[in-house]
Amino acid sequence: MKRPQHLINRAGRRRWQAAAIVTAAALAAAACSSSSSSSSASSSTSGSGSSSAALTASAPGITPTQILIGSHQPLTGPAAPGYDEIAPASDAYFNYVNANGGVYGRKIVYKYLNDAYDPTTTASVVRQLVLQDNVYALFDGLGTPTHLAAVQFLNSEKVPDVFVASGCECWNAPTTYPETFGWQIDYVREGKILGQYVKQHFAGKKVAFFYQDDEFGQDGVKGLDDEIPASMVVSKQSYVDTNVNIAPQVAALRASGAQVVISFSIPAFTALLKLNSLKLGFSPQLVVSDVGSDPITLSGLLESFAKQGGATVNGNALTNGIITDDYLPSAGDTTNSWIALFTKVHNQYDAKAPLDGNVFYGMAVAYTFVQAMFKAGRNPTRADLVSAIESGLPQGPMISQFAYSSGDHAGATGAFIGIIKNGVEVQEGPVMTTDTSASGPITTYTGTEQQAPASGIPSP
Amino acid sequence: MQSLPRRLGVAVVVAVIVVFLSIKLDSFRDYQIAEIAVEVTAVAGLTLLTGLSGQISLGHGAFMAIGAYTTALLLLHLSWPFIAVLLLAAAVTAVAGAIVGAAAARLRGPYLAGATLMLGVALPSVAYAYQGIFGGDQGLNVAFTAPGFLGATFPLTRWQAWVSALVALITLVLLANLYYSRIGRTWRAVRDDDVAAALDGVNVAAARILAFVVSATCAGLGGALLAIVTGLVAPGAFTLTLSISLLTAAVIGGLGSLPGALWGSLVIVLVPTYVTDLATSHGLSSSVGSNIPVAAYGAVLILVMLVFPQGIQGGLQRILTLFTGPGPKTPTWRHPPTPSAEQARAGQHEKEGTS
Repeated sequence: MKRPQHLINRAGRRRWQAAAIVTAAALAAAACSSSSSSSSASSSTSGSGSSSAALTASAPGITPTQILIGSHQPLTGPAAPGYDEIAPASDAYFNYVNANGGVYGRKIVYKYLNDAYDPTTTASVVRQLVLQDNVYALFDGLGTPTHLAAVQFLNSEKVPDVFVASGCECWNAPTTYPETFGWQIDYVREGKILGQYVKQHFAGKKVAFFYQDDEFGQDGVKGLDDEIPASMVVSKQSYVDTNVNIAPQVAALRASGAQVVISFSIPAFTALLKLNSLKLGFSPQLVVSDVGSDPITLSGLLESFAKQGGATVNGNALTNGIITDDYLPSAGDTTNSWIALFTKVHNQYDAKAPLDGNVFYGMAVAYTFVQAMFKAGRNPTRADLVSAIESGLPQGPMISQFAYSSGDHAGATGAFIGIIKNGVEVQEGPVMTTDTSASGPITTYTGTEQQAPASGIPSP
Repeated sequence: MQSLPRRLGVAVVVAVIVVFLSIKLDSFRDYQIAEIAVEVTAVAGLTLLTGLSGQISLGHGAFMAIGAYTTALLLLHLSWPFIAVLLLAAAVTAVAGAIVGAAAARLRGPYLAGATLMLGVALPSVAYAYQGIFGGDQGLNVAFTAPGFLGATFPLTRWQAWVSALVALITLVLLANLYYSRIGRTWRAVRDDDVAAALDGVNVAAARILAFVVSATCAGLGGALLAIVTGLVAPGAFTLTLSISLLTAAVIGGLGSLPGALWGSLVIVLVPTYVTDLATSHGLSSSVGSNIPVAAYGAVLILVMLVFPQGIQGGLQRILTLFTGPGPKTPTWRHPPTPSAEQARAGQHEKEGTS
């Protein structure tokens, strides 16, 4: 066995001196490329001054002409399929707003960095955004394990951490994390709504859970357990997103004789679950939480994964009949005013991306942000944005109300059940709302949906 | 550089440079200095293990995980002073290194690579198995603050950079001592020809185990620093990618060279950020831009291997030799094993197999 050839270092003094000098040179070079970090003085004259007040640099990241915000997104890695469309879609909506007058005349500049769904990278890129780029706020940071690596830092730096792209219950902690706000429905509420549907429609059937082994999956299971009697549940299998071999879990699900499998998974793992089941001739009724069920993303993943394995499948045929839930209007509902607006923006600014649920998600959350910025005033400080959201926001594209108040930083409170038919999610039954407590009732939502404004931009 | 005072002198000079830079640069650059120091600490041990004692490890990320989780648990539950935490984290990883090293001493080449690979892949899963202790996927938060005497406005990132750089420098000085000591010579002897070394009275197994313990300890220290720098210890941070990137840094810098560990770490930490900035500032679409750092990483690796087969440090030495002439510092190459040595080794294997 040969080992690699090596240099035997008989170091002389000069080499070490040279090393020290070159170190200095390299570090100095790093210095040259850094920007000066003199953050702009944040003495706001008025948070919500009169409409004639001059635009000032009222907070870090805000200048008279622009608002700089940042985000961490999985542009590569296990969570990238589907989710990598979200930030460009948000950016497309911001470009639409910028082209139509901006927010009080300021343009929104959205800098999103790739964290590859790796928490250590998230910690690094978020520090880059806050310490180097001086972003005004962190917007729509994606992922539960990833954002957990950033949330403490953001709160200690007093940077608004708005509309986290994750339904973890953990973002709703106004005392520990006063700067952090959720946006989408949290996984506990989602689990309860899905659980109630399964309990009512599959009474007497054997039910199994398949979930991502982190706050995302565990919160979902918590909600499911609140609704589904333990006697119905025959198996609970989990996966970690770094290991794509889920054959053992699927075999265990099959062995349990489950007739209904409820899955709290990201899209790639929903597709793997479906394909592994197919291989074993196991075809239970699939119930998939919203984040892992976008029909267009799923269909694409199913076809590309099957192709890698040397097989050909019809993605749309495989997604047919999957039961899911949604807190935004169905992407297939072309008569909906929001879908019409977002389709228009998509065609104009983001036409290369597929027109799917991820794109609508990105635009809807961007809409809510613009709404909040208008409410924060002409020359907002960072604290103004937080108090604007805490005083409540209109639901906008959401199909239910936000929970925002000074004591509640959770986002959407309701969802409807949908069934995927021919690659489109079709609403099944009314919007249901609930809370996160085990005993909290699930009630039919009686409020009405908002219509999209004609201009496509929220009014101040 | 053969004497301790000179090594200390260089360390003090570098420390002064780091302090100067950390004050001149913005907070994010301070954070990057800390990231580089973390990487250097772990890579320095690995480069000695592979370059000096001739053992390969694809699982050093696991030792970083051990150091990081030890640190997080001690700070979380016992609130020890950081220096004590650091020492205990080092001790715990040393023990882990001794256990793995004892097994590793019996393995060579691809078998050793396979065994350490398994360690690197399997160990982070322990965090999922015992969620109550290790916090599962979301990991453990690490609270680390700058000491009060520096004032309330002292940036935390600067303090992190100082602490990490100090630990990295102390590690480098200690490793340099080992490098030139009897132990370092023993490792080289074992690497070049273990049979000959054994005939000369070297305890081959003990030398290999010691090399593993030393490098594991360095990785553990790196892990401990990583915990206080990122403020979070989660299994997602200790994937196989980390282990491979440590080895990559050692190879890019120059295997077996301590300054090389620094060059490799600079490349690993700075290139992705720099390339991402470049890609975004040139308005590339996100699907292209986000893949460019990965491509650049591969390009740098190929380029270094083509231009400087002995890594950056080897390349620098070659350039230096052009100016100063070969002199007494001509690199000495080890002789390729002769067929007879190979046969002797094969015979020894058989003997080991039957015993």
